[in-house]
Amino acid sequence: MSSTSNNSSSALLKPSVLYAVLFVVGLIAPFTLYPTFLMKILCFALFASAFNLLLGFAGLLSFGHAAFLGTAAYVCGLMMRDVGVTPEVGILAGTAVGAALGWVFGILAIRRTGIYFAMITLALAQMVYFLALQVKITGGEDGLQGVPRGHLFGIVDMSDNMAMYYMVYAVFCIGFFIIYRAIHSPFGQILKAIRENEPRAISLGYDVDKFKLLAFVISAALTGTAGATKTLVFQLASLSDVHWHMSGEVVLMTLLGGLGTILGPAVGGGTIVTIQNQLADSVGSWVTVIMGGIFVACVLLFRRGIVGEIQALIRRAGIN
Amino acid sequence: MEIFGISTALLGSQLLIGLINGSFYAILSLGLAIIFGLLNIINFAHGAQYMMGAFVAWLALTKFGINYWVSLILAPVVVGALGVVLERTMLRKLYKLDHLYGLLLTFGIALIIEGIFRDQFGSSGESYPVPELLSGGVNLGFMYLPIYRGWIVVAALSVCFGSWFMIEKTKLGAYLRAGTENPQIVQALGINVPLLITFTYGYGVAFAAFAGVLAAPVFQVNPLMGSHLIIVVFAVVVIGGMGSIMGAIVTGLGLGLIEGLTKVFYPEASSVVVFVIMVVVLLVRPAGLFGKT
Repeated sequence: MSSTSNNSSSALLKPSVLYAVLFVVGLIAPFTLYPTFLMKILCFALFASAFNLLLGFAGLLSFGHAAFLGTAAYVCGLMMRDVGVTPEVGILAGTAVGAALGWVFGILAIRRTGIYFAMITLALAQMVYFLALQVKITGGEDGLQGVPRGHLFGIVDMSDNMAMYYMVYAVFCIGFFIIYRAIHSPFGQILKAIRENEPRAISLGYDVDKFKLLAFVISAALTGTAGATKTLVFQLASLSDVHWHMSGEVVLMTLLGGLGTILGPAVGGGTIVTIQNQLADSVGSWVTVIMGGIFVACVLLFRRGIVGEIQALIRRAGIN
Repeated sequence: MEIFGISTALLGSQLLIGLINGSFYAILSLGLAIIFGLLNIINFAHGAQYMMGAFVAWLALTKFGINYWVSLILAPVVVGALGVVLERTMLRKLYKLDHLYGLLLTFGIALIIEGIFRDQFGSSGESYPVPELLSGGVNLGFMYLPIYRGWIVVAALSVCFGSWFMIEKTKLGAYLRAGTENPQIVQALGINVPLLITFTYGYGVAFAAFAGVLAAPVFQVNPLMGSHLIIVVFAVVVIGGMGSIMGAIVTGLGLGLIEGLTKVFYPEASSVVVFVIMVVVLLVRPAGLFGKT
């Protein structure tokens, strides 16, 4: 139906063209914008996309994703600073730790559903926060400072911001591709089936808990990737990475960008990071109030999110 | 006197602190359970509303010279009224949607409240004097009991059991329980369910504010006092299950006591012991100790 009415404007909106354009934009962006700012956006975009795999596609609201982000950040920081590994190993270690912790959280949390699921993940993450606060190795309130960026594969010096940007961009693209593939696979379809009607998915013979757990582990692993990468960018891992505010922030990014859309979380992540950067100097502690306000607005008025609204507009235009 | 090489005075005072914390867990988890029963949402703003209760009492005293006893009524009424407005204007719009939206909305509200109070009052905290009638303490022989601390436990337990009585034994409580089971039928029987829902939310919020006033003289009145507590209360709710009122009270007090004991024997673990218990309960009895599967 839509293939016959394709005109030049909707051809631009074909996913493959859109992704190609976005990819090129990502390649040239550091020449016009501050690379560290862009790297921060990419880290949070990956974080939110990984989170969305769980909430948007499996319908599981985790309020504990800060635990994966923060733990991976600490592990990557320690590996880089005290063991002296190369950055790619640091990121892989963060990913592995995220996956392992995600498995533990997942096993416990999928025993309950809905609101209980959210409360359990929040409580488990709070436990991780207290551990990070008390254990000496994390540096407590000071955090882990002076993490070196190292040399990629032992060759490329990452202290150069441009080199660092392209590594972060590569990490983001790989992570995003994994999420994209997961969503567009039979696995992703089953996740959606579970979200829509869990009893039915069970009656069709799917081991629902196994699928939920796998989604949780993938989401936590990629969150770990984002956390480890973030540590390399800022050369710092701190308590704010494991704080429950961080878990709330990623929910907000996903919600604002568009729950269950592929590009939404990345858009939401970019938007929230930009807002925070712009406001941090001018409004001080009102940032929290503004974040809360966006939350309320999203829930009450704007549940489809930015990308969801755009998609709805396109669909309406396509029908007319 | 010593037990396991620990003086009874230390043991007694830690158990008392545990009992006080447990009282707050009980009040707050009871409020969450009452709200959840009828509205099917988890009120994430519960901690912020508890904090507001403490601040209303503090402001009333420092700005208007209103004493503790009046605040004990005034703060729940004020904060409960704000809760009613919140329910009427915002929460109401979400009942037809996934329950998670209620959680997200109240989370946003909690951020707003916390941010405003932090901007106004900083995060260092204010102190609230113990009311004269309850200051001082008594020597029980094996330990020293500050009267105010004893009062917290008595007051908390009285309101908890008062709520239990109201819900289990009165006509209003019967409507409430019926509404929890099946709101459509209750509505069909001619009971104003939307009003009942508003009242329930306001009541739960007022309960949190009451706890806030109780807490004001023992803890610092601090914009962040609620958010620290509410996450532990979530774990308490997961452990106890939200099915029964008695369950919430018993679980809250019990966990407070366990936390107090941990502080005596292994202080490093005291901040995580509730979460560890939650993990064990999830493994052994996923529905919670008093929950129905």
